[in-house]
Amino acid sequence: MTDFLAALAEYGFLQNALAAGLLASLGCGVVGSYVVVKRIGYLAGGISHTVLGGMGIAFFLGLNPMGGALITALLAALLIGWVSLRWKEGEDTLIGALWAVGMAVGVLFISQTPGYNVNLMSYLFGNILMVTRDHVWLMGGLDVALIVTVVLFYRQFLAVCFDEEFARLRGVPVTFFYLLLLCMVAVTVVLLIQVVGLILVIALLTLPAAIARQYVHTLGRMMVLATLLGMLFTGLGLWLAYDFDLPAGAVIILLAGAAYLLSTLARGLRGKALA
Amino acid sequence: MSQTASPAVEVKDVGFAYDGPPVLQGVNLQVAAGEFLGLVGPNAGGKSTLLKIILGLLRPDSGAVTVFGRPPRQAKSDLGYVPQYPAFSRDFPITVEETVLSARIPAGLRPGRYRPQDREIARRSMAETEVDDLAKRQLRTLSGGQLQRVLVARALAAEPRILILDEPTANIDQRMETDIFDLLRGLNQRMTILLVSHDVAFISGYVDRVACLNRTLMCHETADIDGQVIQDLYDTDVRMVEHLHEH
Repeated sequence: MTDFLAALAEYGFLQNALAAGLLASLGCGVVGSYVVVKRIGYLAGGISHTVLGGMGIAFFLGLNPMGGALITALLAALLIGWVSLRWKEGEDTLIGALWAVGMAVGVLFISQTPGYNVNLMSYLFGNILMVTRDHVWLMGGLDVALIVTVVLFYRQFLAVCFDEEFARLRGVPVTFFYLLLLCMVAVTVVLLIQVVGLILVIALLTLPAAIARQYVHTLGRMMVLATLLGMLFTGLGLWLAYDFDLPAGAVIILLAGAAYLLSTLARGLRGKALA
Repeated sequence: MSQTASPAVEVKDVGFAYDGPPVLQGVNLQVAAGEFLGLVGPNAGGKSTLLKIILGLLRPDSGAVTVFGRPPRQAKSDLGYVPQYPAFSRDFPITVEETVLSARIPAGLRPGRYRPQDREIARRSMAETEVDDLAKRQLRTLSGGQLQRVLVARALAAEPRILILDEPTANIDQRMETDIFDLLRGLNQRMTILLVSHDVAFISGYVDRVACLNRTLMCHETADIDGQVIQDLYDTDVRMVEHLHEH
């Protein structure tokens, strides 16, 4: 632990990594709570995997992969959202198709890009140790934008997640807020993808919020607890990864996954004891 | 008064089909302001569909509906709705108070928090349905009867002029059913009530009038309902219940 702290004080890259992890936890804790209560984890997974297609195309054309990722993510979010509102039966299939096709397109374009070839693994699992100071600021800005949106429209998002029919009856523009929520998921995914990778984004979007839900009983508290848990996992994961020279993204995911498993088992046992 | 001039609900020649045969055909129905109307009929007879059209959640294929003289979508502030099967999952992390308050969310894109008067209205609605002591409870910890009262409180918190309930007592026991109907009878003093039920016998002791719906509509004063009508409606022998003519 002291080794890690000493290194943290000394190396800028480690400070950036920790800051990126904490900021990612914030965005994922807030947006992820919606993902979990609205049960759109599969949908979020679809968006984030589709993004690889956009990144691959942008990379092939020599454009900024982030731009390609953002456009693809928003398009995927709006398409999936629109279909899930209009044609509920088709949602599952569409997500699966976008998920697979997006990744295939990404892999294809990346393989055909001449010259230096990016490491696909870094898109999947990220490379948190390579995060720049600029990117940390960008993530901070994103977090602020997300939190401001959620604070302003907390009631509407809650109503849309809780009971769409009743919200519509009260005149809440349900379609608008649902699509806005999916766009927030898309933006979260994109800004975190280069840092933590698209698989870790999904893990951070769902696992801390799913654990938090087992202990607190309002959406607001769920967001706070999910954020703190995410920070714990990323901080602890970074430390372990540094000490044992392991890939940070994978360690963070395994920590979150293990915590979720233990928490669920503990709840199951406690439930049995009470029964 | 203008609100007595136009009926609470006017359904004119409404037809509706999901992808298939018509669910509703040539339905005409007027609910007078202040009336307590029971809408009965067999399962899949179109009761819930008609409610959703009156609520503006579905558009009729033909005909027209007005609520206090306006199209349903412009009359949202007049409508209070208690669904049969809540569209939410019972384990959603939300308290009773938050659930009831959600009826106070303004229409449109207005940001911000609930005003003190919103909280006061929610508190009053919870007191009226006797769930105020459950305000901080989780929805998932409630019994069926308690949840039903919370849903009525949520509908009341919208301060509607007409309360529309779809099988409000389908999932609760007999004693609570009586409690809910006593509550509704009290509410009927100040608002119109339109209630869907499959249980003609039970509701006839409470409502002013019963409308029988099986794809199309037959209306009756409660006293007119006899075995023949019920048999026509359900197309089968229905066990008649004595208390139908008690009042």
